[in-house]
Amino acid sequence: MIKFLLEKEFKQILRNSFLPRMIIAMPLMMMLVFPWAANQEIKNLRLSIVDNDHSTYSERLIQKVTASGYFNLTDVSASNNEALQSIESDKADIILEIQADFERHLITEGSANVMISANSVNGMKGGLGASYLSIILQDYTSEIRDEWKQAPVMATLPIINIVPQNRFNPYLDYKVFMAPAIMVTLLTMLCGFLPALNIVGEKEIGTIEQMNVTPVNKLTFILAKLIPYWIVGLLALTLCITLAATIYGLIPAGRLTTLYLFASLYILVVSGFGLVVSNYSNTMQQAMFVMFFFIMIFILMSGLFTPISSMPQWAQDITAFNPLKYFIQVMRMVYLKGSGITDLTMQMIALCCFALFFNGWAVLSYRKSS
Amino acid sequence: MVAISVQNINKKYGDIQALNNISFEVRQGEIYGIIGPDGAGKTSLFRILTTLLLAESGTAKVDGLDIVKDYKQIRNRIGYMPGKFSLYQDLTVEENLEFFATVFNTTIKENYDLIKDIYSQIEPFKDRRAGKLSGGMKQKLALSCALIHKPTVLFLDEPTTGVDPVSRKEFWEMLRNLKEQNITILVSTPYMDEAMLCDRIALIQEGTFLQVDTPDNIIERFTEILWAVKSAEMFRLLNDLRQYDPIKTCFTFGEVHHITVKEDLKMEKLENYLKEKGHVDIEIYPMKPNIEDCYMQLAQKVAI
Repeated sequence: MIKFLLEKEFKQILRNSFLPRMIIAMPLMMMLVFPWAANQEIKNLRLSIVDNDHSTYSERLIQKVTASGYFNLTDVSASNNEALQSIESDKADIILEIQADFERHLITEGSANVMISANSVNGMKGGLGASYLSIILQDYTSEIRDEWKQAPVMATLPIINIVPQNRFNPYLDYKVFMAPAIMVTLLTMLCGFLPALNIVGEKEIGTIEQMNVTPVNKLTFILAKLIPYWIVGLLALTLCITLAATIYGLIPAGRLTTLYLFASLYILVVSGFGLVVSNYSNTMQQAMFVMFFFIMIFILMSGLFTPISSMPQWAQDITAFNPLKYFIQVMRMVYLKGSGITDLTMQMIALCCFALFFNGWAVLSYRKSS
Repeated sequence: MVAISVQNINKKYGDIQALNNISFEVRQGEIYGIIGPDGAGKTSLFRILTTLLLAESGTAKVDGLDIVKDYKQIRNRIGYMPGKFSLYQDLTVEENLEFFATVFNTTIKENYDLIKDIYSQIEPFKDRRAGKLSGGMKQKLALSCALIHKPTVLFLDEPTTGVDPVSRKEFWEMLRNLKEQNITILVSTPYMDEAMLCDRIALIQEGTFLQVDTPDNIIERFTEILWAVKSAEMFRLLNDLRQYDPIKTCFTFGEVHHITVKEDLKMEKLENYLKEKGHVDIEIYPMKPNIEDCYMQLAQKVAI
């Protein structure tokens, strides 16, 4: 029996003028575009320089700043006022002002002043820009110090040299961090949204009435709705993994089987969630809106963009009820750290609970409504 | 043989009593019409009998099977055609028919005889998607799909609503043919003229059956004096007639008004009254009642 239902379901998916293209386009878009766009590195800050000294040392400082790759020199102003105007008219993000007689002070007194003013409308951008700039300045001073070490005039000063080592993502590549998590949102959309909307669609058109008077039982009917999207979801995931490997050279450090095991479990969770929503909605519009509401919360509170540990405690408590969070953790851990199932028991238990909870709820609420 | 027997069925939606103590029996091979306006409870009754909805109280049997206990068996034996077109619009005509055949564990070939007359009319369009069919063809396809598993009882909920008069006539001819194959048909309709085509009818209003009988008997039981009245100004005429005391009821019926009058009223007297009111081109003549007159009369009684 289920064979015929599945056949019909696939026929409908393939015949849909929109869905098959979407199923291919979504993973492509997500893997090719999002890892670059959903990037929190601050780059290409527009720098305005007010050089009141015009000496060799100030010239060298400017060169060092622009060579860092974080700053684009877009404006050279004669005075601080002029530079501020360029910030106001949004032509620059940050000002570096070098005092007059910078070189003379540096050589004779061993210290000189510069001023950094950053546009902090976007607090993160302003703050990070200013701190990047001060790191470059520190670097610059230690460079000069090294040069002067040979000169006996200056006594050597103790310096602590910090060499950071970044485990698991040595080059701090944001894409490596984002790509696995983006696969999670893809699975959520394909396996949560689509079957739910499909069932509500049948309700809306009235075909569910016609199906209900046939001997097809509810479990068969629902399974026939879910299985095609499970398959589609796993295919899309495979496409994503292949794309990540070929384009970003991102190959999971852990085992693929772990990845697929958790993906299957997660698919059960989201499709169960979708079923619950479909049971309570009578129109596509209702279902769509309710899904969006929850998916927005799930995504924003999943640690996809912002680390959960930096949320306030109450928000962290809420994230405990977010299945997305656990699966994103799993994906990142398997991809970057190479974790195995034993390292992921907590997530495994959480996802199993979610799967039982949502699917149980779906079955119960389905019975009630008929 | 009784194909459908219903006893004291009640159904409430909140405060609204959709079905009020409904009881009736349908004999095997009968075309049984449920006649009533929109919102009278026809669809609720159909959904209960097709096991899609649970009644608050009362029992019913379809083909000797209880609608609650044996709902699974019932679903194998009945054909249901909902009022709204409910086939897969993105599948073709043939695919729809094939799909519903397989769902009932049968094939088109096996029961082709039964649907041949109906399906042959839409067979030339079998590769067209169901959503692209005209209203009449959709109806024929829906009927074919409801018949493909050779049901013993057929439930048709307002099958001719929104269908053109020619297709409607054809559709009823098909039902006549099905009756000959000993299929019981329960059909609902808001059109009074279709009532005459049923073997027996039940007039339903606000969840209550007003009368159950053959259409002819129902008409025979109409006891009032019925006249048709016509004049140049129909709308003013309606108001004037309704204000005239010796007239009991007055309803618009196409291009004439049907009135029932007290026994002592003479036609001349009414004509004079209308002339006084300034009407011209007055025509008054006696009428034979039809089902609609009966329905109006019965509905009026309940309202009083």
